[in-house]
Amino acid sequence: MTGAGATLFVVTAIFAIIGALITVAARRPLRAAMGLLVHIVSLAGMFLTLNAHLLAALQLLVYAGAIVVLFVFVIMLIGPEAETGPIEGRLVSRSTAGALTLAVFLVVATSVGGFDAAWIAVDADFGTVEGLGLAIYRNALVPFELISITLLVAIIGAIAIARSPTE
Amino acid sequence: MGIGAYLALASVLFGIGAVGFLTRRNMLIQLMSIELMLNSANVLLLAFNRAYPGNHDGQVFAFFVIAVAAAEAAVGLAIVIAYYRVRKTIETDRATLLRY
Repeated sequence: MTGAGATLFVVTAIFAIIGALITVAARRPLRAAMGLLVHIVSLAGMFLTLNAHLLAALQLLVYAGAIVVLFVFVIMLIGPEAETGPIEGRLVSRSTAGALTLAVFLVVATSVGGFDAAWIAVDADFGTVEGLGLAIYRNALVPFELISITLLVAIIGAIAIARSPTE
Repeated sequence: MGIGAYLALASVLFGIGAVGFLTRRNMLIQLMSIELMLNSANVLLLAFNRAYPGNHDGQVFAFFVIAVAAAEAAVGLAIVIAYYRVRKTIETDRATLLRY
């Protein structure tokens, strides 16, 4: 990887970790949503270092543009009741679970961190709209159509679940 | 800067998301933690696809993960709203409707 790519990776990695920590530790859900936004935007920048240009754009459109906005709308609908503290009782079992999980994933991170594979030069259309679009429509056409049906069912299900029972 | 840095970062991000899901009791923040974990899986898929760039399979998988995450967020947030309408709370500790 070139020097510019490594710099972009380090910067986006730091911002991704900061955003994730804000998301997990924030008392107010709106601040958590903003942390999630920082996390998602920095991951979109990181996707650029992996030659995934179309997925970086999709990450911004779908995650930052749709999912975070959906979260903010739900926080707005629920109001101040949405605010519960980061430490909400049963301190011992909860902190034990958190510490054990974090320990497991730190061990995993240090063990996989040594894995190395040489970066191979990629084709010019790797990860671009043309390259990834052709890959989807040639090799994954049926899953692509199925995912559209899944999204349609999810939309109808969300409307059916969230509709007021009095209507 | 090899692929190992990406793998370590994805593990750390997944760990943060898992800790958030296990320790928080706010349904909204638990859903956001699920999004963190899905995103870390995406980082892994893209990093391995960049390391073995013979085809686009990893990127296609990441594409489907993004689509499924969108569907999951829509349905999950609808459930949160419906639950809040019934119980006036979004704390999972007080979600006891199916307990008895």
